[in-house]
Amino acid sequence: MAKKDRMSGNEAVATALRQINPDVMGAFPITPSTEIPEYFSQFMADGEVDTEFVAVESEHSAMSVCIGASAAGARAVTATSSCGLAYMWELLYVAASSRLPICMAVVNRALTGPININNDHSDSMGARDSGWIQIYAETNQEVYDNMIQAIPIAEATRLPIMVCQDGFITSHGVSNIELLEDEEVREFVGEYNPENYLLKEENPLAVGPYGISPYYMEVKRAQAQAMKDSMPIIIQTARKFEDLTGRKYRFFEEYMMDDAEVAVVVIGSSAGTGKDAVDRLRAEGKKVGLIKLRVFRPFPRVPLAMAMCKVKAVAIMDKAEGFSNSGGPLFNEARNSLYDLPGRPYAINYIYGLGGRDITVENYYEIFNDLFIIVDTYDPGDVYRYVGVRDSRYDEGGFDHRTYDDVYR
Amino acid sequence: MSKKVNDAVEIRWHGRGGQGAKTACLLLAEAAFCSGKYVQGFPEYGPERMGAPITAYNRISDEQCNVHSNIYTPNYVVVVDDTLLKSVDVAKGIKPGGILIINSRKEPEDLRPLLNGYEGKICVIDAEKISLETLGKNFPNTPMLAAVVKASQVLEQERFIADMRNSFEHKFRGKEELVEGNMKALIKAMDEVNVG
Repeated sequence: MAKKDRMSGNEAVATALRQINPDVMGAFPITPSTEIPEYFSQFMADGEVDTEFVAVESEHSAMSVCIGASAAGARAVTATSSCGLAYMWELLYVAASSRLPICMAVVNRALTGPININNDHSDSMGARDSGWIQIYAETNQEVYDNMIQAIPIAEATRLPIMVCQDGFITSHGVSNIELLEDEEVREFVGEYNPENYLLKEENPLAVGPYGISPYYMEVKRAQAQAMKDSMPIIIQTARKFEDLTGRKYRFFEEYMMDDAEVAVVVIGSSAGTGKDAVDRLRAEGKKVGLIKLRVFRPFPRVPLAMAMCKVKAVAIMDKAEGFSNSGGPLFNEARNSLYDLPGRPYAINYIYGLGGRDITVENYYEIFNDLFIIVDTYDPGDVYRYVGVRDSRYDEGGFDHRTYDDVYR
Repeated sequence: MSKKVNDAVEIRWHGRGGQGAKTACLLLAEAAFCSGKYVQGFPEYGPERMGAPITAYNRISDEQCNVHSNIYTPNYVVVVDDTLLKSVDVAKGIKPGGILIINSRKEPEDLRPLLNGYEGKICVIDAEKISLETLGKNFPNTPMLAAVVKASQVLEQERFIADMRNSFEHKFRGKEELVEGNMKALIKAMDEVNVG
């Protein structure tokens, strides 16, 4: 039986963790994820969970605790943000290559430089190549649902998983939510019975040994295979969750895409603002749509490309600047995925929302308008653009690489 | 193919760090939830200090609110501290027909010159006086919450009062005087607020 409630995204994650009742939580506080271990500590004090909470002195140690616990056969979780995630970097790769199904709540926040506590995706996007599955949420409901699905996904794939939500926007925003009963969650995630683990008496094993050249590459190939094999597991888990709740999750959500002529591709809470813009433009008869990417790792290359091919032009939105000089991380992977398909749309990039810069319904109007201009003129212009930035030194379009052609020819 | 556009009631709170504007915003979200509405309550975060200007927001609707941006064209604005009028353009973007609700001892027409040409409705309430009379301390957020519910009519009033009693009993468990004090502040504010 679903329970209607209202809470912030952080409380929603902590509630999911209470219902999951993991064996070990190693965590160190950092804004805006601090409330997750805070709420969880209250649940512990109230005797609602029997988790071993390890209060550590840094995120490096928080991840180390999770690695040790997971290697020993325990279900281990943590939560972090921004510089905290950055401080875990070295251990992220250890967790993934050791095939430890650690579950981490990431409350997305900008990385420092300049100092900033607000939301963007630079923290988890920076960790995108560490071998962790990454799932993103638009709302507090989605982050709650994703956290519950993360446990069976991680354990079936033997890959660690990041469950991401937008710092402050959903983490500290109170809104409506439907919660599952505790028993429903416990049944959904089941008991964790790993096949092999450090402390298994009848078959002791080493975890994290030196990977000499004759073995290292095979380990990496196996990790890559596990990431590929996680695709059907993510869908099977979502279907099972849908049977339980009626809430449908896939790699991405298509919003008003069936007859759309142009569309945006976006991750996280800003998708909601985009949906409102779609509703308003649709009311004016404009055929616009939106794709909200939920799963970034593994990257759903083929299905996403096919969805984008429904339209004539797409704007792919990045809440992280990669300084690649050729667009943000989502843009590069999404645009790359279109290469093999005939009838592919024009694909342009917008960097938006860095360090908490708000993105509004009006910003989406500008973006959709730009897309219609591209469709009408058959000219994508420069594909690497910014939206919502104030700096008169740059043109609206941002970086026009076409002008460089003459210089470098 | 199209869906109904969701025009939620949008409320913007201006206060100073420590005055409880964020708490009032979250209490309003709670009350609206209890009335069966879809709600959002979220503060704007930054390097806040006690006494520095802060902003918080509510969306209230009969359908789910998808928008996750801040609120730039609110239906209602609540100002918890009238000293903010000198430094913050609190009336900015208020929709036609909207109301500006200010905690102040002054008359609306004395405040208007500070409002950058705002011509819409102003509603004044002396939340400090009400709070001192009912709680013995200056906690303006409960009277301001009552004022915005009365002025906006976004919630059914009887239901709101009953829901708030539940909330206060939960929040101040074992501190009966705080429950009663806040309830008195709430009801007094609803009586005294003058929606002109």
